[in-house]
Amino acid sequence: MLKIENLHAEIDGNEILRGLDLEVGEGEIHAIMGPNGSGKSTLSNVLMGHPRYEVTGGSITFRGQDVMELEADERARLGMFLAFQYPSEVPGVSVANFLRTAVNAVREEELSVMEMYKLLQEKMRVMEMDPRFAERYLNEGFSGGEKKRNEILQMLMLEPRLAIMDETDSGLDIDALQVVSKGVNELRGPEFSAVIITHYNRILRYIEPDHVHVMLNGRIVTSGGKELALELEDKGYDWVRQEFGSVA
Amino acid sequence: MPEDRTIQELGLDEYKFGFNDPEEYFFKTPRKGIDPEIVAMISKHKNEPEWMLEFRLKALESFFEKPTPQWGGNLNELDFDEIYYYIRPMENQGRSWDDVPEDIKNTFERLGIPQAERETLAGVGAQYESEVVYHSLKEEWDKAGVVFMDMDSGLREHEDLVREYFGTIIPPDDNKFAALNSAVWSGGSFVYVPPGVHIDIPLQAYFRINAENMGQFERTLIIADEGSYVHYIEGCTAPTYTTNSLHSAVVELIAKPNARIRYSTIQNWSHNTYNLVTKRAVAQENATVEWVDGNLGSKLTMKYPAVYLTGEGARGEILSVAYAGDGQHQDAGGKVVHAAPNTSSLITSKSISKGTGRSTYRGLLKVHEGAENSKSRVECDALLLDENARTDTYPYIEIEEKKVNTEHEATVSKVGEDQLFYLMSRGLSEEEAMAMVVNGFIEPIAKELPLEYAIELNRLIQLEMEGSVG
Repeated sequence: MLKIENLHAEIDGNEILRGLDLEVGEGEIHAIMGPNGSGKSTLSNVLMGHPRYEVTGGSITFRGQDVMELEADERARLGMFLAFQYPSEVPGVSVANFLRTAVNAVREEELSVMEMYKLLQEKMRVMEMDPRFAERYLNEGFSGGEKKRNEILQMLMLEPRLAIMDETDSGLDIDALQVVSKGVNELRGPEFSAVIITHYNRILRYIEPDHVHVMLNGRIVTSGGKELALELEDKGYDWVRQEFGSVA
Repeated sequence: MPEDRTIQELGLDEYKFGFNDPEEYFFKTPRKGIDPEIVAMISKHKNEPEWMLEFRLKALESFFEKPTPQWGGNLNELDFDEIYYYIRPMENQGRSWDDVPEDIKNTFERLGIPQAERETLAGVGAQYESEVVYHSLKEEWDKAGVVFMDMDSGLREHEDLVREYFGTIIPPDDNKFAALNSAVWSGGSFVYVPPGVHIDIPLQAYFRINAENMGQFERTLIIADEGSYVHYIEGCTAPTYTTNSLHSAVVELIAKPNARIRYSTIQNWSHNTYNLVTKRAVAQENATVEWVDGNLGSKLTMKYPAVYLTGEGARGEILSVAYAGDGQHQDAGGKVVHAAPNTSSLITSKSISKGTGRSTYRGLLKVHEGAENSKSRVECDALLLDENARTDTYPYIEIEEKKVNTEHEATVSKVGEDQLFYLMSRGLSEEEAMAMVVNGFIEPIAKELPLEYAIELNRLIQLEMEGSVG
């Protein structure tokens, strides 16, 4: 599904990713944990093709295709999705209008107005959102929790093959966290993979990962099963630095 | 008879049958440039009363006296001697469809405008399929006593009304371009709505068949009598193609006590046009005037719709949106004068600049002494689509009264890399993403327009932006 080899990337001349390797199979959920500054957000932006980051080495293959030269929209149409940590506001564009455009952009056949309406109603129910939410302007004046729910709503509508979730859990209270997790679990299946990028363990209580990776200084320094997340919670990131600081 | 000789010399005799059946003939001043002779010829051709000829000639003097304004856009390349001041293309005359420039044709194509309508819009045809619709509407208006006709007919059929109000809101010596229009005006609309009459369906200029809808110097006068309501929609969203490079219109509105006038314009001029328009309204006691003004295309637009709140409790609202692409300057805004107590106003101005385009907000808010408890809010927002685009804001505020409440807010935003990346990550191409941001930006104005105009405004801006990204 997704294969990252020896990835190097920089922003404004500073190297952030320093030879990162990761392989995500069909239907797998991977968690990437790491302290602040380890390069987690850079990884998610680079995967989706943010123009501000420069990839200086390595490769990213998605569904057998080299995506390094592809624009963000082309990656989206291949089935990649990024749930943003800080989604942008787009004044004057309603959530419904935006979703209609986006869904039709990634789908091969356009949905009729009625089909779109029903789909949106259904997915908003999953996310426990007020129907009036669809008429609000995209992310404008949204609370932190509303923004995150809205990101997951978009994911449900677009049905990507791979979702990258950039600290979706940060700043969420426990109720919101549960709803967001429910949205992800809704898609879980053999045709859906996810990379959950997080600082904390707690989201992993609701979305059980198949693999857990620890990131430090722009590389993955250790990997394991879900028990690694628990160990990390116990021992903290200082332990990671002591243990793996020299290799990273 | 020296006068006759002059007309012969000017070549007018070619058109001697034109007076009886002007719809079948093509009339054009025999030479470029302007002088009293040309003005007299226009008036004579239209068979106007003496007072209108005097009005025109006096206006011409003002035009010559006034210097070309230097405070706004660059007008130095505008050559008044290189312009025909009166051209009247008629059916089966003048230009043919083949003469219309390719880019204009393409735009019609892409807007999906039917061929018959395209020809009308391009000024090459006259048959228009809404003729039937127009006639049934016209019967209704006639019954209610509503007058809606082109200005030339208005002058012929309602001379007293025209004489009472014409040039009273915008005197000929108001500014150089109002003076020019007053001297050479032709076409435009004349509307009178009797007391208490509410017209539910917007009056649209293009309903006027066989009239000079979109001349270079059209003149519009709308009188809404006490307690009446009218929504007038001017122009059209298709690119207005003119052979002349100057469009200078004058629009006067009078809203009598408790009346309400809404005047909506979306104009899209070809990129060689100077669009210099004077629009002004008077709102009497408890009357409301709303200008909704969209400016696309042109080389330079200078347009500041104004509302004079002369009666207690009057309300004025000006919503404008401008798009300045490469090489274009949109100098637009609004003026509100509070001259009575308890009046209120709102100016919302939105501009979009791209490439070497430049947009300017220029506005005036004036509150006279004694206009107590007046409220005013001015909001101007500029959106820059790239690094080179430019925007300026010139908000003039003159307040002579202490008991007033005024607010002014200006914002400049750029379409950010992060915003585009966000939208593109959802599958939108860069162009689609940019268009979405822009459409969102103008949404507060688009939603004030009838749906079909709002959709067309969005599509037009999208067309203007195409090919500009990436």
